[in-house]
Amino acid sequence: MAEKNNPEYDFKWCPGCGDFGVKKALEAAIKKKTIETEEPILNNVVIAGIGCSGNMVHLLEGEQPYGFHGLHGRTLPVAMGLKSSRPDLNVIVVAGDGDFLSIGAEHIAPQAKRNLDVCVVIMDNAVYGLTKGQSSPTSEEGMITSSTPYGKTEQGFDPLAYYLSLGISFVASGLSSKIKDLSELIYEGMIHPGFSIVHVQSPCTEYNNTYEILKGSPKKGIEPLAKPIDESHNPNDLKQAMEIVDTSNIPLGILYQSKVQPTLTQRFEDLTNKSKQKDIESLLKSYSV
Amino acid sequence: MKNTDFVVRFAGEGGQGFLSAAIGFASANTKAGYHAQTFATFPSQITGGPTWMQTRISIDPVLSRGDEVDVLVVFNEYAYETHKNEVKENGFILYDSDQLNIEPSEKVLGIAFEKLAKTTGNARAANMVMMGALAELVGVNLSVLEDFVKERWGDTSRYGEQIVPQNIAALKLGSNEVQDRGFKLAEIEPAKPLNTSQIFLNGNEAISLGAYSAGVEFYVGYPISPATTILIWMEKNLVEKNKFVHQVSSEIEAITAIIGASYGGKKSMTATAGPGFSLMSEGLGLAWMAEIPIVVVDVQRGGPATGLPTKTEQSDLLSSITPAHGDVSLPVVAPGTVEECFYATIEAFNWAEKYQGPVILLSEHGLAERQQNIPKPDINSLKIENRIINQSTDNYYRYESQGISPMPIPGSPGPYVANASEHDKMGDTTHLPERHIEMTERRFKKLEILKDSKYEYINSKSEIILMPWGGSKGPGFEAFEKLQEKNIDIGWAYTMFLNPLPEKLLIELQSKKLVIVPELNYLGQFSSLLRSQGVNAKSITQYTGLPFKVQYLVDQITELSSKR
Ligand SMILES: Cc1ncc(C[n+]2csc(CCOP(=O)(O)OP(=O)(O)O)c2C)c(N)n1
Ligand code: SF4
Ligand SMILES: [Mg+2]
Repeated sequence: MAEKNNPEYDFKWCPGCGDFGVKKALEAAIKKKTIETEEPILNNVVIAGIGCSGNMVHLLEGEQPYGFHGLHGRTLPVAMGLKSSRPDLNVIVVAGDGDFLSIGAEHIAPQAKRNLDVCVVIMDNAVYGLTKGQSSPTSEEGMITSSTPYGKTEQGFDPLAYYLSLGISFVASGLSSKIKDLSELIYEGMIHPGFSIVHVQSPCTEYNNTYEILKGSPKKGIEPLAKPIDESHNPNDLKQAMEIVDTSNIPLGILYQSKVQPTLTQRFEDLTNKSKQKDIESLLKSYSV
Repeated sequence: MKNTDFVVRFAGEGGQGFLSAAIGFASANTKAGYHAQTFATFPSQITGGPTWMQTRISIDPVLSRGDEVDVLVVFNEYAYETHKNEVKENGFILYDSDQLNIEPSEKVLGIAFEKLAKTTGNARAANMVMMGALAELVGVNLSVLEDFVKERWGDTSRYGEQIVPQNIAALKLGSNEVQDRGFKLAEIEPAKPLNTSQIFLNGNEAISLGAYSAGVEFYVGYPISPATTILIWMEKNLVEKNKFVHQVSSEIEAITAIIGASYGGKKSMTATAGPGFSLMSEGLGLAWMAEIPIVVVDVQRGGPATGLPTKTEQSDLLSSITPAHGDVSLPVVAPGTVEECFYATIEAFNWAEKYQGPVILLSEHGLAERQQNIPKPDINSLKIENRIINQSTDNYYRYESQGISPMPIPGSPGPYVANASEHDKMGDTTHLPERHIEMTERRFKKLEILKDSKYEYINSKSEIILMPWGGSKGPGFEAFEKLQEKNIDIGWAYTMFLNPLPEKLLIELQSKKLVIVPELNYLGQFSSLLRSQGVNAKSITQYTGLPFKVQYLVDQITELSSKR
């Protein structure tokens, strides 16, 4: 199937939504991957969460990859089932901060410990967009939202520090408006052999417009919150990565990458080398009276 | 007169080692051509606790665990007090006089199993003394057990040379002790020759073998009684190239992971029970909505919530059909015997691949924990269905047409979005009323192709039909035979395919005056399902955590059918 043109599909992102930039970056990254690896676009699968962000899978333009738009919070298990049974595919997860870090949070640690070889792109707007502006794990403490009219009574969650603490083998941070940089991060995440997360600041213009804080405004004398990681940073150095997350607001770039952990696929392959090949007749025979 | 079957119950404290002896006794008898079925009930604790296991041996295939006990073997006071009243009038109680003391009578005999075993030089042969005593009591030729010992330890054990003669000596000691004291039940008739070779296994093993035969390629699961042993089987036997098996972090992960794998083209399965099945609801809805073939085994246990993890019940039927919110009607296949566990699993895979959606294989604790001999399946005669995969390269739409459409597989032509939201033909989300109508009807119409399944129908002219389901089939059929002996006019209907029901059978049932459904739940779930389909059905319910006794069914059915 070439270009998609579907008059029935009725979801639209709001004007200025950060997810537009993420979409362009993802399209470019997939394109680059198909060119570099000479693999067909059909080998790519985009698994989407439920939220404004998850609609990405229907909005991608150009040659279409496969897509999966399932349940709120369950992108990773679907990705795990798909990738572990079809290691030949390039599996990409796209989800929001609520989907990934709240209802789906239980799935992150297990995949980290298995080093599931998929690339996750999180669109963090620190709010629940699709359900119209409730607080999310990454909303700051005290933030006023429709579900926290007197201010949020939980601490804001720091996803980057969390990912690093889990030993996720590729952790990067991006900004939706820096499309070229972001596309490069996603590409690097996709070719990284193991679990990779590209955590993107993707502002919600409707319920939590953070563009100005993130990018700063010289006119108003506002310092940008999001700044590139110093070039001297060695991404193989976990301690340094943790320090960066501790000391800066929103660091942009690759924070950490480890290529030494085996992937889930490799771990399972090791098992198949240990186990004896079975067949149904010998299995049945083992129960003979 | 000789016996055609007998029941031995072993009761004591978990961990006393008599469970393996009970299974061994059953297994030994199957080697001699008898039929055997074990039934066990355990406490939920890991070691200890009151435990009992029952073994029924027969010259014919065993349908139920047996209502009454011919020989009760007890290992402590509590077991004696709890079980003594279930011994038949002419039965015996054999007790371990190393452990307890009971007033002797012509019914009760004590043997110091371990003390006697020590005289062979092996105190661990205590079970053998017990089995030898049993064999003499029930009239099983001692050579049956001797052969079993030789086979079990002769070749495989490092110490076989020592253990085999010790164990055989122990068997003799037990047997002599009983003979000397003159205790004896009637002799059992010789075994009938079998024309197929037999295997001896439990329901979960039969399900695992069935899945393997059906070509399962992907299995993940989370430990939960009584389904855990399927996970363990798979972890042992499915580690192969191009397959995948893993213990995952929850039932939520399990169900969604098998959906991901099946979307990728692999035959996928998970098994769970009780609370785990509840957690899979949303995922089952997803598989129905996105039209993804999967098999989910629910090995039913007792009660809602955490319930009765180690007891049997048939109370998940309605939630299997509609586990999820919204309009769903999931296909359900429920095996009734260990043998059917094997074939039902293959049918469940065939159904899933044929209609492209989730299928529930509804087993139960009573089948999972039961060891039984069954004819060894003939693998070459099995019919295995495989998915129809899209090959067309030009503008193919996954969800086009009313009916089954070939499934595109990632990596091959026909990309689409597998969508849990209501969608159009290419899988994009839509809210148009006409699309929701079209797609809802599409999903339900696919069930039509599942309505030509097999069923049993005996004495079909009768106006009253007995129709149990699942594990109540065995005691149900035994009751049916007893009713026929009593010349009560009653018919028999049975199928593993509970949703959708075989169409022809349903039409038959709709014309009957009364359909009686024995089932292990409070609500009368199957009869209410039948009533919703125009059948005048009435349940005989039981919710004790135990299977039906045959006599109870005979009484209840007699009463129900005479009222009319
Ligand atoms: C089990 C379940 N609970 C709740 C919802 C409702 N819901 C849909 S999207 C959403 C939150 C979306 O927030 P986020 O993941 O941050 O995505 P965004 O819309 O911000 O991109 C919720 C709560 C749901 N679909 N499923
Ligand atoms: S509500 Fe927010 S996140 Fe959703 S589309 Fe609009 S701007 Fe984007
Ligand atoms: Mg959000």
